[in-house]
Amino acid sequence: MENRLIYLDHAATTPLKKEVLEEMLPYLTTYYGNPSSLYAIGRESKKAIELARERVAKAINASVTEIFFTGSGTESDNWAIRGAAYQNRQKGRHIITTAIEHHAVMHTFRQLEEEGFEVTYLPVDETGTVDIQKLINAIQSDTTLISVMYANNEIGTLQPIKEIAKVAQDKGICFHTDAVQAVGSIPVDVKDLGVDLLSLSGHKFYGPKGVGVLYIKKGVKIQNYMNGGAQERNKRAGTENIAGIVGIGKAIELSIQKLEANQKYIASLRDLALNQILSKMTFIKLNGHKTNRLPGNLNLSFQFVEGESMTIMLDQRNIAVSSGSACASGSFDPSHVLLAIGLSHELAFGSIRFSFGEENTEEDVDLLVEALIETVTELRKLSPLFMALSGGVQRQSNKRKVKNIISKM
Amino acid sequence: MTQKVLVGMSGGVDSAVAASSLIDQGYEVIGATLLLWQGDYENKKENGKTCCSIDDVEDARSVANKLDIPFYVLNMKDLFEEKVVDYFTESYFMGATPNPCIACNRFIKFEAMLDKALALGADFIATGHYARIEFDEKTGRYLLKKAVDLTKDQSYVLYMLTQPQLKRLLLPLGGMVKTGTRKEALDKGLRVSNKPDSQDICFVEGGKYGDFIKNYTNKESPHGWFVDRKGTKLGRHKGIINYTIGQRKGLGIAASAPLYVIEKNLKENTVVLGFKDETYTKSLTASDMNYIAFDQPTKAFKAMAKVRYSAKESEALVTPIGENRVTIEFLSHQLFVAPGQAVVLYDGDLVIGGGIIEVNND
Repeated sequence: MENRLIYLDHAATTPLKKEVLEEMLPYLTTYYGNPSSLYAIGRESKKAIELARERVAKAINASVTEIFFTGSGTESDNWAIRGAAYQNRQKGRHIITTAIEHHAVMHTFRQLEEEGFEVTYLPVDETGTVDIQKLINAIQSDTTLISVMYANNEIGTLQPIKEIAKVAQDKGICFHTDAVQAVGSIPVDVKDLGVDLLSLSGHKFYGPKGVGVLYIKKGVKIQNYMNGGAQERNKRAGTENIAGIVGIGKAIELSIQKLEANQKYIASLRDLALNQILSKMTFIKLNGHKTNRLPGNLNLSFQFVEGESMTIMLDQRNIAVSSGSACASGSFDPSHVLLAIGLSHELAFGSIRFSFGEENTEEDVDLLVEALIETVTELRKLSPLFMALSGGVQRQSNKRKVKNIISKM
Repeated sequence: MTQKVLVGMSGGVDSAVAASSLIDQGYEVIGATLLLWQGDYENKKENGKTCCSIDDVEDARSVANKLDIPFYVLNMKDLFEEKVVDYFTESYFMGATPNPCIACNRFIKFEAMLDKALALGADFIATGHYARIEFDEKTGRYLLKKAVDLTKDQSYVLYMLTQPQLKRLLLPLGGMVKTGTRKEALDKGLRVSNKPDSQDICFVEGGKYGDFIKNYTNKESPHGWFVDRKGTKLGRHKGIINYTIGQRKGLGIAASAPLYVIEKNLKENTVVLGFKDETYTKSLTASDMNYIAFDQPTKAFKAMAKVRYSAKESEALVTPIGENRVTIEFLSHQLFVAPGQAVVLYDGDLVIGGGIIEVNND
């Protein structure tokens, strides 16, 4: 009786692949040694970490000495931004980011602002793209850091990272990109891009949660974020999450092997969904860039409907999507990304993000479209009906009366 | 077919037990916490003591997990600000003493939450209020009655319910006593079983209305004169928004007997003080009347009337004077009748209806 799960929220997280789990398991049980220990099972752990480092390095065309394991994409972002800002504090206190960053970046910049740094938040156009000229204009003599995300987590828009890196390099400014959504979805080559710092996260490409990577280009100096032991070549203290690190290594290797085919397949599912929705439904707006976006990302605003209600109704049909407004218990302001690309509050609250993955099928798309038609029709039709049911007409006059009472007193 | 009910869960013990007893009664239950008010959330300077704190949401979620029901947080922040907080602060500047909980019930819980629940395919909503709803076959009306536990009765704050709302509302605690509710929560292993009852206005920290209103509106309430009934100046007051009808503390005026705030005169920007016997009222006008027990009446009728949540009921004659307005004459003197508060009419344990006190006629 329970519907099978249709999971369309791969931008939030992805399921762990079986092959990845299998490689991880021995490091939770058999090879539990501390990688810092000199005896055999300690060395086994160390070996596993270094293999994972090679795999990650190879996947993004870095060298192994440039790969540092962290506890999450968020930690990588925090470390990169704070580390670079503090390292260059004497040179200058102006740092630049965009208005559409993930909270891990945005809140770190806010914190630095409170600590006395001057922050420029670059605007984006209606597709969610940063204007290079605006970036160039924002650079000051005391600018020490630029951080621009590779792919946006809500609308999927890709930024001209290579061009931005070129600008930063010419001016001698450290450049960080949050590539958490990009790595595993599209090819990422740190040498070709020319970035100084790059964050990625394991659970976005079928790896485990609780492990991330910060790429630090050779020669780039940033301050440490975690203090303690000598792990990660004295740069990131804390006993390694060996199983997690093994997992991220295996997962990134697998994702790179089939990247091109997966990209095409996932984009075809996304386009199928978009075409079906646009041909069968009305009053829908596509958010983000039409073509220059992540293959799996589809962000739509459904007019006259709240994203919150839609996600709940889809959840009741066991379809997992996320909305720009609904959140477990966090902030309930409309998405800063959707507002930054010029959406009204109403359209921002009516937005849904579908993010497809390689295990999705055309049948999933059909079932999704069917459910969307049902729920949206129901919600659009029912809301005025229920207003009448609970006294829509009377409500209007009540509102007037309350105002009257107040003004009389 | 199983009927579906969305339970508004505040994170407190009452709504937790409301949810669990509906499950016992065989309903398909969905839990929802309304997110109504947040402090400076983005900067994580959240006011922990006010409503909808992360702790409250997590308490509600823990109960929902324990009961194994779906749980959602529904965003009603903007609506709450408009319908409750703005109304509350505006009313204070107008010299009234509003009841924000009644505004919240009216526009948020029993209107917006109901709309949302029905849109999501629920048949009913439920809350942890202590009151009873009964369907009267003879008249075809849904009736609102006091709770069995009179010490916890909350029918006063539910007087504004309309027939379509009552039809869709379940109040599973109406027949329970508070100690029973806590025991039930304990027996079911719900972690909120010992959580203290909420006090005061949920969005005002520490009950300091004046400070809240000033900070929220960024408006000053000009200082003025305390006067007596004859207009004699007694001293300076710190702005009309800082005083409530019946207030005795914090006036700073010495007199032969305790002085109370008996009126706020917006035009003159004065706060009228008097001795206790000067605060008595025998007649008031109320408007925005809602009737539950019968349709809008045309003739005068007798009822027991209650002028504040904590006031005792008093025998009164209610005379309709035009659309949704009445005058209410009391047999005995009423203390501290404040414009902006609700007056609720009872016949025994039956709620006849109620309205907002517009003016105190004495």
